[in-house]
Amino acid sequence: MFSNIDWNVIIRSLPYLFLDGMRFTIMLTLMATAGGIVIGTLLALARLSNIPGLSQVAGAYVNLIRSMPLVLVIFWFFFLVPYIGQWLTGASRPIQVGAFISALVTFTLFEAAYFCEIMRAGIQSIPRGQVQAAQALGMPYWTAMRDVILPQAFRNMVPVLLTQTIILFQDTSLVYVISVTDFLGAASKVAQRDGRLVEMYLFAAIVYFVISLAASFWVRRLQQRIAIVR
Amino acid sequence: MSAMIAISHVSKWYGKIQVLKNCSADVAKGEVVVVCGPSGSGKSTLIKCVNGLEPFEEGTITVDGVSVGDPHTKLPKLRARIGMVFQHFELFPHLSVMRNLALAQIKVLGRDPKTAAEKGMKLLERVGLRAHADKYPGQLSGGQQQRVAIARALAMDPIAMLFDEPTSALDPEMINEVLDVMVTLAKEGMTMIVVTHEMGFARKVANRVVFMDKGEIVEDAPTADFFGKPRSERAQLFLSKILQH
Repeated sequence: MFSNIDWNVIIRSLPYLFLDGMRFTIMLTLMATAGGIVIGTLLALARLSNIPGLSQVAGAYVNLIRSMPLVLVIFWFFFLVPYIGQWLTGASRPIQVGAFISALVTFTLFEAAYFCEIMRAGIQSIPRGQVQAAQALGMPYWTAMRDVILPQAFRNMVPVLLTQTIILFQDTSLVYVISVTDFLGAASKVAQRDGRLVEMYLFAAIVYFVISLAASFWVRRLQQRIAIVR
Repeated sequence: MSAMIAISHVSKWYGKIQVLKNCSADVAKGEVVVVCGPSGSGKSTLIKCVNGLEPFEEGTITVDGVSVGDPHTKLPKLRARIGMVFQHFELFPHLSVMRNLALAQIKVLGRDPKTAAEKGMKLLERVGLRAHADKYPGQLSGGQQQRVAIARALAMDPIAMLFDEPTSALDPEMINEVLDVMVTLAKEGMTMIVVTHEMGFARKVANRVVFMDKGEIVEDAPTADFFGKPRSERAQLFLSKILQH
């Protein structure tokens, strides 16, 4: 099977693989992470709040999303978002949503559910005395959260958040189901076109492996550097 | 003169367990009241009711005429005027000492950062920690952290100070540096409620001693009377236990 390997196919397609494919993958990963952390944090605050109903609604959302296969959610949003958009804006036909936007919305909302649980654990890891100290100084809820609790919770959770991001980086390859070309999609297209499946899929695997491994090492080092001295 | 802090018939339950039973006590402006009693007697709970950190079901507490239990009271606003010092310091570990002192001044009182920093510096000077302004709480000893915590509370220009066992978590050799700051504060006329087992401190500066047991205020007497001839048997027993050595 390795008798007529042609490694040149990789060199030839490098610009396409990285400038088109990897750029998309990284952009989707970073944007979905950023959005997911913001929405996830709000969800976590909702889950921890004692406003009647709010915690239940947030909890239901998180549990629903977390019990769905990601592929299904991607499908769902891709076919549903145009109709929701139509309904919201009152337009006469389904809103055209680009595949990128659709994927971004999906991953953001999907990751938000996971980031919510991470941030919730982070917030709960902060001693109750910290909340009381902030309150005793006269800080209202949002000030105490923004300046005292969340910065600490976030720092405690950075390793877990980044690990989740590395998983997301791999999961973005699922956009192939809505025919979006990410890194794996690009590799796959070249593979099909040139009949070089072994070379391209092997190369793709190595790239994912190297990036994910390097990122995990970096996370571990970062963790030691930013730990809060207590 | 009406009391700065008036606690009147306060009761509190955790579920079915009653942790405060009909507690009443007044603290006049400039008065120092020490609250003591066995652990689990409700001392900490009672002073946390004073700034509304703990809700209570019955009775009223007013601070400078503002009712703490009233749902219309803006608690953050009231708390900003009452300083509190905790057993475990509760400095914000992710912020420098100076930032710890400045944060609430800026975010709550709306002071500009420069004024807040100057005020912070002045108070650090006062607790003898000027050189540590840029360090983080984790780099300080327990006694130093507690002094910073006192400075942080004072930076808000409080009308009264609450101390919740401020020396209980400290190594013995650090207790005095914290007590010294508190003694000075008391002598300057700060209104203070201090939950503590430091009877030496109570003798030196307290106007009154309140003794609690099982959620009740058993005795509320002028300091000299309390140490001279406590009326209740429970207070006598408590004193004999902690003053033996």
